Amino acid sequence: MKQFDGQALSWTVKDQVIELALHREPCNEIGSLCLDELEQFTAALPDLEQNVHSLILYSNLACGFCAGADLRELYQRSQELKKKDAIVGVRKFLERIHHVMNTLDASPMPTIAAVHGIVFGGGLELALTCDLIIADKTARFCFPELRLGLIPGFGGIPRLKRDLGNAVVRDLLLTGRSFNANKAQQIGLASQIVGEGEALRVARATALQMGKFDRNTAAAAKKFIKPIPYDDLRQEIDIFCELFSQPAVEAGLKRFVESTNAQPYLP
Amino acid sequence: MQTQQQTLDEVLDLAAAQFKVPRQSLSPNDDFFKKLGIDSLQALSLLTRLEQHFKIELPDYEMQGVSDFRTLAERIQSRL
Repeated sequence: MKQFDGQALSWTVKDQVIELALHREPCNEIGSLCLDELEQFTAALPDLEQNVHSLILYSNLACGFCAGADLRELYQRSQELKKKDAIVGVRKFLERIHHVMNTLDASPMPTIAAVHGIVFGGGLELALTCDLIIADKTARFCFPELRLGLIPGFGGIPRLKRDLGNAVVRDLLLTGRSFNANKAQQIGLASQIVGEGEALRVARATALQMGKFDRNTAAAAKKFIKPIPYDDLRQEIDIFCELFSQPAVEAGLKRFVESTNAQPYLP
Repeated sequence: MQTQQQTLDEVLDLAAAQFKVPRQSLSPNDDFFKKLGIDSLQALSLLTRLEQHFKIELPDYEMQGVSDFRTLAERIQSRL
């Protein structure tokens, strides 16, 4: 399938580059609908990879790249189920999203996340599956999960630990603070910072450059330098599910969903 | 080093420009959420713009509970 137009995302092939656009209001929250469509994409990926050399992920929404997991859906579904069943449901969701993220991470072709605005939680975890992050200067990154009594659950910690120093990971995780594109480049997360609205254009130019190289060589280099931290990823799911069973999480989710605070996104 | 008043003026200038409101309609003690009609995500975009302008890093937990321009400018001034 060379083209797909879904409710949460779309993809198209242009100049031997797959462009996957997120476009679900309000800010590309990753819930069951988005996951379904991401799974359709990763299922189509082996065929697509035959005729393309790169993948670009980006958002069509002004608010940003992605605000992370759909906490409202998570809260509502957990309210509809008994605690034990809710935990089973969460584990199943995490295993599915991990499969998607691992597939993107392990893709043999170079991948780029072109990001702007909000890149929070699961949105940052999605960007972290990519080989390069090109950030426009409005981009703001954050792992706010600890304030809900959780850890990031879509593979964020193992990937951040793989790509950056452990001290940086601890700072971002334990404070839950957000940081801008300059900081992201300073710590080695973003490879390039570009002007407002320029991330996709620069990502296309970068993909064109990466497409000049032999694809088998690029795939071998990527496999060598970017191992998938499977053990840590599995452990992350276990820890997340254990934490999810604690009363603090339900209280945290309730607080978020019912918040009338003007600053619910501020950790 | 610039004065607190200069910092406050620049904060008001930037906020007015970013959210396209007349500069003269903004006062130091205004609640910027209400006055600019912005939500928390838009407030973060203002924070990003301020960090870039003043070349500082302002952790957003320092912004918790801050909603007026004067206090915002004070927090920025403390990092200049």
